Amino acid sequence: MKKVYMDNGATTRTHPEVLQAMEPFFLENYGNPSSVHGFGQEALKGTEKARDEVKKLINAADPQEIIFTGGGTEADNLAITGYAMANRERGRHLITSVVEHHAVLHTCEYLEKEMGFSVTYLPVDKYGMVSAADFREAIREDTILATIMSGNNEIGTLQPIKELARVAREQGVTFHTDAVQSVGSMPVDVQDWGVDMLSLSGHKFHGPKGVGALYVRRGIKLHPHIHGGAQEKKRRGGTHNTPGIIGLGKACELARKNLPEKEKEVSALRDKLIKGIQDNIDEVVFNGHPEQRLPGNVNFCFRYIEGESLLLSLDLEGIAGSSGSACTSGSLDPSHVLLATGLSHEVAHGSLRLTLSIFNEEEEIDYVIEKLPGIVEKLRQMSPLYQKS
Amino acid sequence: MYSERVMDHFTNPRNMGDMEDPDGRSQVGNPTCGDIMEIAIKVEDNRISDIRFKTFGCGAAVATSSMVTEMAKNKTLEEAEKLTNQAVAEALDGLPPVKMHCSNLAAEALQKAIDDYRAKQNREG
Repeated sequence: MKKVYMDNGATTRTHPEVLQAMEPFFLENYGNPSSVHGFGQEALKGTEKARDEVKKLINAADPQEIIFTGGGTEADNLAITGYAMANRERGRHLITSVVEHHAVLHTCEYLEKEMGFSVTYLPVDKYGMVSAADFREAIREDTILATIMSGNNEIGTLQPIKELARVAREQGVTFHTDAVQSVGSMPVDVQDWGVDMLSLSGHKFHGPKGVGALYVRRGIKLHPHIHGGAQEKKRRGGTHNTPGIIGLGKACELARKNLPEKEKEVSALRDKLIKGIQDNIDEVVFNGHPEQRLPGNVNFCFRYIEGESLLLSLDLEGIAGSSGSACTSGSLDPSHVLLATGLSHEVAHGSLRLTLSIFNEEEEIDYVIEKLPGIVEKLRQMSPLYQKS
Repeated sequence: MYSERVMDHFTNPRNMGDMEDPDGRSQVGNPTCGDIMEIAIKVEDNRISDIRFKTFGCGAAVATSSMVTEMAKNKTLEEAEKLTNQAVAEALDGLPPVKMHCSNLAAEALQKAIDDYRAKQNREG
């Protein structure tokens, strides 16, 4: 059976060159980068080269602004909790949006419930976009930090980060962005954007799982989240995940070299898939922004059917996607992002996200466009909602 | 995630579709929670002679609907009423724990279709 992987928003295939770069750090240069001896120093050379690659990909001013973490979620936790706890004497108000990843939302909720912070959750428009005017209005005397994602993991909408960061800077509010879905798939420039902190994750752009980084602009005060050794200038304790860091560095290098070309290719595939679905299936709802969109993200709701059934049916044809239905969200409610854009529960249950990477090919797009209409029709024939329409 | 039996009933649902002039019908669930099941029955000599379902919902919702129709067909109303959601799930070799309450409504839908039939009988009788 044909196998088509279109769940790159969940995770990506590790690039063979990444794996190749990592291997010597398991078998030969396995020393601890904190050790004085030759084994350790070889490993250290590797991690510092990787740090420089991360710096280059996001155009940080200095490699020391990069803190390696155990992934994107940890980077978000460190940015938000670390900053809030280190700066709580200046104020206890945070601003975020209703469409953030749970790594951000649940961290903010924790600070709200357990640490006495108050949080403003900015609304979004029908495309899932935050407005700079709403943001400006939400800023208070005691606002210390704003955290707004760059590209939405579910519906792909890109937030106006540069504009939001400018507002934050004017008002003296530190600005963090969760760029886990953006870094490696589109150009990201922390200096041009004017952000103070930025989270990224290796496995979202063909690096290994379990490693990510937080960019922290020089001068930003953070409390460590994981206490232990003096690693990462005492901002993140624990022995370095050397092979993972090497892999992340290699993924950054590959992304930097291939980005302009690959971004165009992936966007073209995305647009073909979007058009193919719109042209071949009736009663669909296109989710997210039509232009301000992650290069690989396609998200639709198919009226009258439920997302998990759709995923199972697609999987039987070898197609891997994801959904924001309740069944896949782990609760009884469908995706908070889809509901925030104004969709009803019923429609939101029928969502399908297909996320592309540099490894997808045009013929795979054709295959999905060929299979999907029949699957949707079969499920609609089964649906009591369809009959009544 | 799902047993082979669940996938079999999901892929090849039994007794799926509409029924003309059913003797009893029901709908359970609601679109907000993501599961709706409809069951329609024909009753002859106190037996369920024909049964059809339609379902909006996840794989478990479809499979339990399909399974309950198979289990209920040709049973007397009293026998059919003894079917439980638990028995349907067991006949499918189990469901993931998270699905046990939310998508396991099929026996309830069957019971309501039988109730509907009896209510009609009483009105006509």
